[in-house]
Amino acid sequence: MRVVIDGAAKTYRDRSGPGVEALAGVTFTVEPEELVAVVGPSGCGKSTLLNMLAGLLSPDAGGVGFEGELPAGRPPTAMVFQEFALFPWRTVQANVEFGLEEAGRPAAERRRIARGFIELTGLGGFEGKYPHQLSGGMRQRVGIARALAVDPAVLLMDEPFSALDAQTRQLMQEELLGIWERTRKTIVYVTHNIHEAVWMADRVVVLSRRPGRVLEIVAVELKRPRTERMLGEPAFLHAVERIWALIKSQAREALLEGAA
Amino acid sequence: MPVPDRARALRRREHPVARVAGLAGLLVLWELLTRTGWVPPLFLPSPLGVLAAGVEMLRSGELLAHVATSLGRILVGFGLGALGGVAVGLAVGVFGLAEAVGTPLIAATFPIPKIALLPLLILWLGIGEASKVAVITLGVFFPMAINTYAGVRHADPLLLRAAVSFGAGRASLVRKVMLPAALPMIFAGLKLGAGTSLLLLVAAEMIAASSGIGFLVLNAQNLMETTKLMVGIVLLSLLGLASHWALARLERLCIPWRAES
Repeated sequence: MRVVIDGAAKTYRDRSGPGVEALAGVTFTVEPEELVAVVGPSGCGKSTLLNMLAGLLSPDAGGVGFEGELPAGRPPTAMVFQEFALFPWRTVQANVEFGLEEAGRPAAERRRIARGFIELTGLGGFEGKYPHQLSGGMRQRVGIARALAVDPAVLLMDEPFSALDAQTRQLMQEELLGIWERTRKTIVYVTHNIHEAVWMADRVVVLSRRPGRVLEIVAVELKRPRTERMLGEPAFLHAVERIWALIKSQAREALLEGAA
Repeated sequence: MPVPDRARALRRREHPVARVAGLAGLLVLWELLTRTGWVPPLFLPSPLGVLAAGVEMLRSGELLAHVATSLGRILVGFGLGALGGVAVGLAVGVFGLAEAVGTPLIAATFPIPKIALLPLLILWLGIGEASKVAVITLGVFFPMAINTYAGVRHADPLLLRAAVSFGAGRASLVRKVMLPAALPMIFAGLKLGAGTSLLLLVAAEMIAASSGIGFLVLNAQNLMETTKLMVGIVLLSLLGLASHWALARLERLCIPWRAES
């Protein structure tokens, strides 16, 4: 199943004033089994785009949708949230089972599937813990396991590691790539971290500042599986430089606007 | 030169001995005061005298009868009020129409001191058990409804969005997100309601009853039996302590995710 975003536009209106134009005519596609990162300065509408794909927001103009067959019993998308969004009253096991419950799967099947993804994400032994008993990195593993458990056609990730410290983030990126190698999920990965985007993605969609438009789609010429050594390769550095050049002036504008 | 210890001003010492000594000291002082005869026992009976009277009343079965009557009233009233309050609070928190209709109604009726309604309730329901239970029900209903409503409305929007993104419908949202999110507020309401219901119980039993702890206290005063009166007061304070302890236990049981943090 392909993800097709065709001229998506969104303006947030409030009662007074003209409203804020978040996205203006964004167009790109994501192929099956592709890992596409979306980067841009603050306020480029990255999260808006992802929320549209998740069905939490609808575009004012243009279309957001999917092309091709969706296998029966699978949801089109599942989301991994920046702030984890785990249910504090549910144990790790129950959190991972949440989407399966809503899909109406029987209890025994839920338990079995959840167990598998708990193992896959390295949460084995933590099934009975509550989120507040876990570190940030472990919490986001639960978030990833919960999303993978429903077997979505497309995995949506909204800055999933930005709330983690730098070292944990690096480890989690590697683990996510490992999981991706095994599951070959289509992933749309929103981030403001250019290095992260280039290291993980097949292609990087660079958005402009508000209102967000596609500035360029940068293909990353790095082999898979990605290794840490590639962080020094010319192909990596060129892609990073190219993207930074595209959004540097806009990021500065965003910074100054924040100060005003 | 060592680094100066600047955190001294922040430290607070615990005094475990003083905790016990304060209470024990008061009791001893009280006992001594009444023994010396400076204060006539009609005004202030001695602690040991109160204890003895309590034991005597327990033997005769008088105490148990009063406690059982009061406990029955408070449990039924509290239960009804809590259930009704949670149900209404949930409805008002979840449905826009219920909120539009319910919030002005609650705001208008909430400030009425519930004890003022007792005469009306007696008129409607008679002087028997129903009016006493009803006034307690009303007193518990409002804090429960208001707290449940606030708890539901303050459910984390991120969690609601997460639930919806995994396909949760309205019923799932209420059961799996809003209700657990509101539980801490619901328990705060229960504790508030427990205090209120004790107050209303005593007031109702003083106004129109022939049994119960409130009646015991008032009747003892009429008969100048100050010792019995004090037994009633001690009983009420024990009842308050017990309900608080029970609710705290129940809260730990129902909200295990907040147990240690």
